[in-house]
Amino acid sequence: MKRTISLTINGKPHAGEVEPRLLLIHYLREIAGFTGPHIGCETSTCGACTVLLDGKAVKSCAIFTVQADGRQITTIEGLAVNGKLDPLQEAFWNEHGLQCGFCTPGMILTAKQLLADNPSPTEAEIRKGLEGNVCRCTGYQHIVNAVKAAAAKAGA
Amino acid sequence: MATTVKQEALVGKKIRRREDPRLITGTATYVDDIKMPGMHHACIVRSPHAAARIKSLNVKPALERPGVVAVFTGADVKDLGSVPCIAHLPGLRAPHHHVLAQDRVYFVGHPVAVVVASDRYIAADAADAVEVEYDVLPAVADPEKALAPGAPPVHPQWPDNVAFTFHQEGGNVEQAFREADVVVRQRITSQRLIPMAMETRGVVADWHAAEKSLTLYCSTQAPHLLRSLLADILGIAENRLRVIAPEVGGGFGSKIDVYAEDLLMSFVSQRINKPVKWIESRRENFLGTIHGRGHVDYYELAAKRDGTMLGLKLKIIQDLGAYMQLITPAIPTLSVLMMPGLYKFKNISADIVGAFTNCFPTDAYRGAGRPEATHGIERMVDILAAELKMDPAELRLKNFPAPEEFPFATATGLLYDSGNYALPLKNALDAVNYTTLRGEQEQARKQGKLMGIGISAYGELCAIGPSAAAPNGGWESATVKIEPSGKVTVLTGASPHGQGEETTFAQIAADELGVDIDDVVVLHGDTLLVQYGIGTYGSRGTAVGGAALYYALQDLKDKIRKFGAMMLECEQVTLAGGRCVDDRTGKSVSFAEIASAAYKAVKLPPNTEPGLVATHFWEPPNFTFPFGSHIVVTDVDPDTGQISIRRYVAVDDCGRIINPLLVAGQVHGGVAQGLGQALWEQAVYDDNGQLVSGELTDYAVARAHMMPWIEASHTVTPSPVNPLGVKGVGEAGTIGCSPAVVNSVVDALSHLGVRHIDMPLTPEKIWKLVQGARS
Repeated sequence: MKRTISLTINGKPHAGEVEPRLLLIHYLREIAGFTGPHIGCETSTCGACTVLLDGKAVKSCAIFTVQADGRQITTIEGLAVNGKLDPLQEAFWNEHGLQCGFCTPGMILTAKQLLADNPSPTEAEIRKGLEGNVCRCTGYQHIVNAVKAAAAKAGA
Repeated sequence: MATTVKQEALVGKKIRRREDPRLITGTATYVDDIKMPGMHHACIVRSPHAAARIKSLNVKPALERPGVVAVFTGADVKDLGSVPCIAHLPGLRAPHHHVLAQDRVYFVGHPVAVVVASDRYIAADAADAVEVEYDVLPAVADPEKALAPGAPPVHPQWPDNVAFTFHQEGGNVEQAFREADVVVRQRITSQRLIPMAMETRGVVADWHAAEKSLTLYCSTQAPHLLRSLLADILGIAENRLRVIAPEVGGGFGSKIDVYAEDLLMSFVSQRINKPVKWIESRRENFLGTIHGRGHVDYYELAAKRDGTMLGLKLKIIQDLGAYMQLITPAIPTLSVLMMPGLYKFKNISADIVGAFTNCFPTDAYRGAGRPEATHGIERMVDILAAELKMDPAELRLKNFPAPEEFPFATATGLLYDSGNYALPLKNALDAVNYTTLRGEQEQARKQGKLMGIGISAYGELCAIGPSAAAPNGGWESATVKIEPSGKVTVLTGASPHGQGEETTFAQIAADELGVDIDDVVVLHGDTLLVQYGIGTYGSRGTAVGGAALYYALQDLKDKIRKFGAMMLECEQVTLAGGRCVDDRTGKSVSFAEIASAAYKAVKLPPNTEPGLVATHFWEPPNFTFPFGSHIVVTDVDPDTGQISIRRYVAVDDCGRIINPLLVAGQVHGGVAQGLGQALWEQAVYDDNGQLVSGELTDYAVARAHMMPWIEASHTVTPSPVNPLGVKGVGEAGTIGCSPAVVNSVVDALSHLGVRHIDMPLTPEKIWKLVQGARS
């Protein structure tokens, strides 16, 4: 039996009827049309599907859409404001924090929460904060540099 | 808008990537992001058994479910061609690889049926409803067990499980062994690995019956190869088949292959006359996308007492899996080619036995045959050093060919292009302060602490390669189009998927033409748009594709000069700073003015046609041979077996560097996968052929907190093989890493009598070794 939901995605209201078992990642990608978050594992181990739910980074493959009813979601598409890149997006670009780009939306949003919780993290804290997000291309070093650079810029 | 003039050279500069804006904003299009009107979804029913006869198959319960439009089984695709293998070894036994199992399954995950429905969830539910009865047979998952007498035959027609044997010799290895003072022997394994690109495989097939044409969106590294092979197997005219590699989320070799699902979706779209999408789940990716490595190697190294290496014998047992994927049997032959490593000895003998197992096929995964060879020789050098009580760095330095000995012919028939092998090793030794560090190690041992220093000096065979040595053409192509406005479009036959050629190729084009990089667009990955190309693998993108681009640019510059000379009414012009300049008068015309004149074509230079387009297909004369040295300093906790990496120093020589930022990224990423093999990763099949580490939850890839800081630097020895002097860097980190790590940990435990440890170096293994030595 379908359930009615309404939620806010990147500042805009979305409403509709969904099956209770519909995963949030599938709602975002296939119904709401936000394909920025990716599906990398379906077991909440890789973090490619990470979005912000009420400001907290969550893995949207491990949440039912109905659990997001009435809540605020930010996907990677909603991070830049009026076409101006978020400092983290800019830093990932400058520091070559991505190669194939598949993990990047989730990685940036996890870093977003990391910096919100800890505006000037040490290298070890950055690595610990990103341990739930897998990148197979970069070896993480440039990602660490990007988060450091974004933190430094925010602190400047 | 006209082109703007560029002032400074871009090649060699850290330029941030031109592909990134779409990737950091979530607006790139990967296969799963494609939606089409009427598109259906496919879900594949797979065998839970490694070896079984299919007793019965009932698709009716699936077909009866609302939203299900079709279910296809082995009988429907019986006459479809085999999943292709293009590597031809003499006497190779290559079983027909049906896209869906016929009466028997050969590995866990073997596709048995495909369910097609209007929606992803409906397809998955219906796939569960397909009833399959199996008569389970004995399976064998270990290559050595498969070759033992009495093992269950993977394919009943070949009861010995031998798919092929291969032998190669160089020099006189028996004489070398007779003359040797010392022979060291060791069994060394390179375990099965999962390539694990972050984006799983996926296909959208879109058949247009009226045109008898098929468009296939596929997460592939080699779209043209896929098109040619599909056309042949499906019986679709190649000029009516379009393959598009959209954004590809990593490959590491695993997406060079043509897979059963690529063929199957093409078939399904034809049958339902609608577009169909199949996206691999991560579980399917572990079970049904190629694996890497899978070697059991037996090494014998002969040397003089003074450390002069004389000869090497190698027997490789290669775990092939149940079928031949694209180049499955060729991978261990690459190991043979690189078996001498960076050392001068000229006597080798190699044997390969390719073993069938009830597992998914192995094939090219980052390094493809070369990490196995490097791991083997670099372990053997350390074992020899221990035997001779010689310093492992000294032993290596003693056996390198000198820079003046290049090009250097190896015992395996290769010609190493250029090298200064001692330089990166010396730089790495200096970086870790080697002599002091050895002193520190001695002190640490006195206090019961376990500390190790591990060296690898690696070489690799890259820029694959001359066509005679490649299974399907080793050249690459480029087209450069200067549009009437002067804007530059580059079409490359290489098909990058994270490497950044949209940036590096734009750097090359901007420099050669003297235009602003923002006036250059690099396109790839669409067979309708791009001239035939080979693809991106084997660290060939820049070294072969970039060289093809360089030559296309030279062709075009000749034509630009002709137009410039005509417009300036002079004999000789120089192309510089985005302008053609009359050398005598200093008068000039801009690049944009020339482009406009070439297309308006009111007046043409003698024997010159309108337009500014050049296509160049470039055949490389040789491979390139990057090299380097990695040094890893480890501390091992004797009570837990935990290994921590104190220093990771990588000194790589990949020839001339186009973009240091991107080269660093390749090194870091390569090292992460090398460390994965050395310390964490293993595709574990149990005795029944079940993949135990069959999900990302059970397979340990590197995560941010597991990685050490990598101190990467370079030496630059240009390659004479291509005009750019580049050698390639995509696989270097992976190849150089694992032996350095294992050598380091073995070094940490060497005073306890440990001589070799097989990968991955799990804490359990280390702890047991330490406990064993203590008791």
